[in-house]
Amino acid sequence: MRTLTGHQDGMADGAYIEIRDLYFSRGERKIFDGLSMDIPRGRITGIMGPSGTGKTTLLRIIGGQLRPDAGQVLVDGVDVARVGRDELFELRKHIGMLFQSSALFTDLTVFENVAFPLREHTSLPEDSIRDLVLMKLNAVGLRGARDLYPSELSGGMARRVAFARAIALDPDLLMYDEPFTGQDPIAMGVVLTLIKNLNVALKTTSIVVSHDIHETSSIADKLYVIADGKVIGAGTPAALRADGSELIRQFMHGRPDGPVPFHYPAVDLESELVGGRAA
Amino acid sequence: MIDFLQRLGARTLERMSNLGRASIMWATALWGLPRRGDYALLIRQIYSIGVLSLVIIVLSGFSIGAVIALQFYTQLARFGAEDAVGLGLALVLLRELGPVVTGLLFAGRAGSAITAEIGLMKSTEQLSIMEMMGVDPLRRIVAPRLWAGLLCMPLLTAIFNVVAIYGGMVVAVEWLGADPGGFWSGMQDAVELWEDLGKGTIKSVVFALVITWIAVFQGYDTVPTAEGIGRATTRTVVMSSVMVLALDFILTLGMYGDFE
Amino acid sequence: MIRMRTVEISVGAFVLAGVLAFVVLMVQVSGVSFTREEGNYRLYATFSDVAGLRVRSKVSMAGVTIGRVTAITVDPAYGQATVEMQIIGSTGELPVDTGARILTEGLLGARYISLMPGADDEMLADGDYIEDTQGALVLENLIGDFVTRLGGS
Repeated sequence: MRTLTGHQDGMADGAYIEIRDLYFSRGERKIFDGLSMDIPRGRITGIMGPSGTGKTTLLRIIGGQLRPDAGQVLVDGVDVARVGRDELFELRKHIGMLFQSSALFTDLTVFENVAFPLREHTSLPEDSIRDLVLMKLNAVGLRGARDLYPSELSGGMARRVAFARAIALDPDLLMYDEPFTGQDPIAMGVVLTLIKNLNVALKTTSIVVSHDIHETSSIADKLYVIADGKVIGAGTPAALRADGSELIRQFMHGRPDGPVPFHYPAVDLESELVGGRAA
Repeated sequence: MIDFLQRLGARTLERMSNLGRASIMWATALWGLPRRGDYALLIRQIYSIGVLSLVIIVLSGFSIGAVIALQFYTQLARFGAEDAVGLGLALVLLRELGPVVTGLLFAGRAGSAITAEIGLMKSTEQLSIMEMMGVDPLRRIVAPRLWAGLLCMPLLTAIFNVVAIYGGMVVAVEWLGADPGGFWSGMQDAVELWEDLGKGTIKSVVFALVITWIAVFQGYDTVPTAEGIGRATTRTVVMSSVMVLALDFILTLGMYGDFE
Repeated sequence: MIRMRTVEISVGAFVLAGVLAFVVLMVQVSGVSFTREEGNYRLYATFSDVAGLRVRSKVSMAGVTIGRVTAITVDPAYGQATVEMQIIGSTGELPVDTGARILTEGLLGARYISLMPGADDEMLADGDYIEDTQGALVLENLIGDFVTRLGGS
């Protein structure tokens, strides 16, 4: 395993994911412009940044759904940017992902949703699948809701079912895309506890992508702040909060304007108003 | 001018790449069916593609059969050839109307449903998460629909034809008083197993391939918004209807040929 | 959402209905008979003209269908058409001097072969030829005949 450099703070016992010089653009827009980061094994890593900085895109690149223009993405030693389809699908069996939209299968019951990865990837007998599914559902407190369909669930419940589904195969890596957005305070607490407990109990490497600074800081062992396609800050939550950089200060303390502008790039308001009238 | 050519070129390339992607998808999906547990998926698709199309197939079949018999009877009665109603009805249905009308109804009823369903799955990221779980959506979502379509179309066509022939019989024999013996024996003498039933069935299988292909691809390739799904659904119905009619002409020319 | 069992039952019924529809199309519409094997036998007959006769045309005796035409071939050396027909076994044996004629059902109807049994003691066996044949009456030829005869008189 390669030696880690930079902000490891002695907490990583090896990186599960190594990203080196990642370039990715969508049309004309550059999303990643030479991004590098290490996700330590068995820890919770938070990736933060303003909306639109490509946090979700990063997760999809790690999962091999998007191919970067250049750079290296090593997941457990496998370069997902270059690996073949079969190997990629094999790798994904060890990755659990929680989408922002839950993305439950609408034609299956809660039980079948959670059973889905088990049925697809294992040849366990029906009663073992039943036991496993009920355990996972119990862990998210929805054992009683197993016969409901996704359309009958509230947003928070759907998120928890998706959580149970993501952990069904006891993955080595769990990626959470904005797990806190749109949740009421209680549900948010539930999700926080779930992420934390899972990491402690199973030593699952976890990536939490979010712009909720407080929640993410409270559970993450390590934080990355990205903006303009690059890592602008990395370290433990405490270290980042104490960081002197303007950009990080603005983000960590939630100020509306600063190096990250409040306005989408545009001509000066006054000249546009006046100019528009003249024309 | 150069701008126009450039746009034309870009469009052609875009079309070609669409066709390429659709073909790859089709081949992969057809290849990828036989697997444990897929039986239930197939059953469910046969249900929503075949069983749910049954009502419209039976209703249209009956009325189309009745109308054809009515027209044939009034024209043929002028020559005293009422007995030919049965054979005319059977030949028209088996060779052309059966597969074509079933194909058009199938495109409207099942094709649009497939596109909308897959489009919705895409827009709610169900396809995406499936991929992230290491499950190939082509195998899980697309293949059962293609296979169910292939199986259902010939069956629906056969049901359509039988209902239409009996519908025609009700009109010609029960209502207008044609001779039932002449109706059936004229039909049996003229209709040939391979030439009429066999080739008609080939048509229906070809239509099934094309319709499900278009439907699945449009769903898969849809812009994941409400508007995008609507447009993809419309495109499925329009494209597959046009394809059914065009292919029917080509197939008739190819299989019944010799029109000099 | 409908329960899997209901789905399975209705799919089963649907497939059954589809297969049944195919059987109806084969038997009732195109007239395929599945009981042809036992006791059936083949007869041949050569005609000077088989216009309008097709494979699967009826073979009848006294108005009762007793078989079907199974093949029509032409013998270029003699300019004659050979018809192969399958006679249903339950009809029994036919005398060797049985005659075969090609007739039309009604004015515009389908052509068929009509057999008239003879009186010989010897019977036709499987694969035998019927000697006494009369080809199809072709309307154009009749009219042509009629016109030349009118001109001649």
